[in-house]
Amino acid sequence: MKVWQKNTILILLVILLAAAPLWLCREAEFGGADGMAAELVEESVPGFEPWFEPILEPASGEIESLLFALQAAVGSGVVCFILGRITARKPDNKDA
Amino acid sequence: MKRLDSCVRLAAALCMALGVLTVSASAMHIAEGYLPRPWAFGWMAVCVPFVAAGMRSIQKRVRDYPRAKVLLAMCGAFAFVLSALKLPSATGSCSHPTGVGLGAILFGPTATTVLGLIVLLFQALLLAHGGITTLGANVFSMAIVGPFVSWGVYLLLKKLKARPAVAVFCAAALGDLVTYVTTSVQLGVVYGNIGEYLTIFAVTQLPLAVAEGLLTVVVFNVLEKYARDELLELSVL
Repeated sequence: MKVWQKNTILILLVILLAAAPLWLCREAEFGGADGMAAELVEESVPGFEPWFEPILEPASGEIESLLFALQAAVGSGVVCFILGRITARKPDNKDA
Repeated sequence: MKRLDSCVRLAAALCMALGVLTVSASAMHIAEGYLPRPWAFGWMAVCVPFVAAGMRSIQKRVRDYPRAKVLLAMCGAFAFVLSALKLPSATGSCSHPTGVGLGAILFGPTATTVLGLIVLLFQALLLAHGGITTLGANVFSMAIVGPFVSWGVYLLLKKLKARPAVAVFCAAALGDLVTYVTTSVQLGVVYGNIGEYLTIFAVTQLPLAVAEGLLTVVVFNVLEKYARDELLELSVL
């Protein structure tokens, strides 16, 4: 099997893995795990107050998603740029 | 005067509401201010030698194999993308992969500590995700324990003559999972009921760990075909 064929299958599997929970638990809220952990801390310590606040907080959910999108874009930009340069060379290993 | 007072109160209430909202909207790591001071500073102290060793290891690698620089940048960027992807899990909550397995396999665990530190700093400073006070604890779980497990698993499977892709998958998936087990233990030793934290973090992480393993293999497959020389140079193969 060619590398791109193998990788297409692998990426399809990842998409399946990510989509399956949305089908399987349709009533779920899909909140963040660390928010749940923070709630659990607050429950187990009555009157819990974090002793330090984040220095900068995204002004809104929109700004937060902007920053997350930026993080993913910069990351995948660099990964794909480098993979692109690497694959532009002749393969080192013809039988892989 | 009274109006000003009520304005201030309203503003404070709004800030609190916003704070609560953003806390519950984020998806991983120990949140800012959630570890008591001795633990917070203790974890930071634990991380210092690993970061120092990582800096030295990166310097040495870059000096010995200048070509490896590009791959190191790619490993950092890979961790950047994966930790921005909050994925739904079968437990009905969301979390994200860490992406540090690839760096650990290619460059070793301590070099990856430095990469993970950069990712965590970005998220703590700009996204209020994780935190400065909990940076030590989060670096320890995601950038020290995770990479060491990935690296160990990869070396072990390589010795056992497993196929490289299989070894990469297991290394990345287990490193990811153990990161979240560590987070659960870090919270559990302070606040009790480790089990509940394990359900929140580790069980949620199971399918995501598989996803991380698969995505790491995707990149590895390309490297194995086109960058075999570099992989040999880094003694990955």
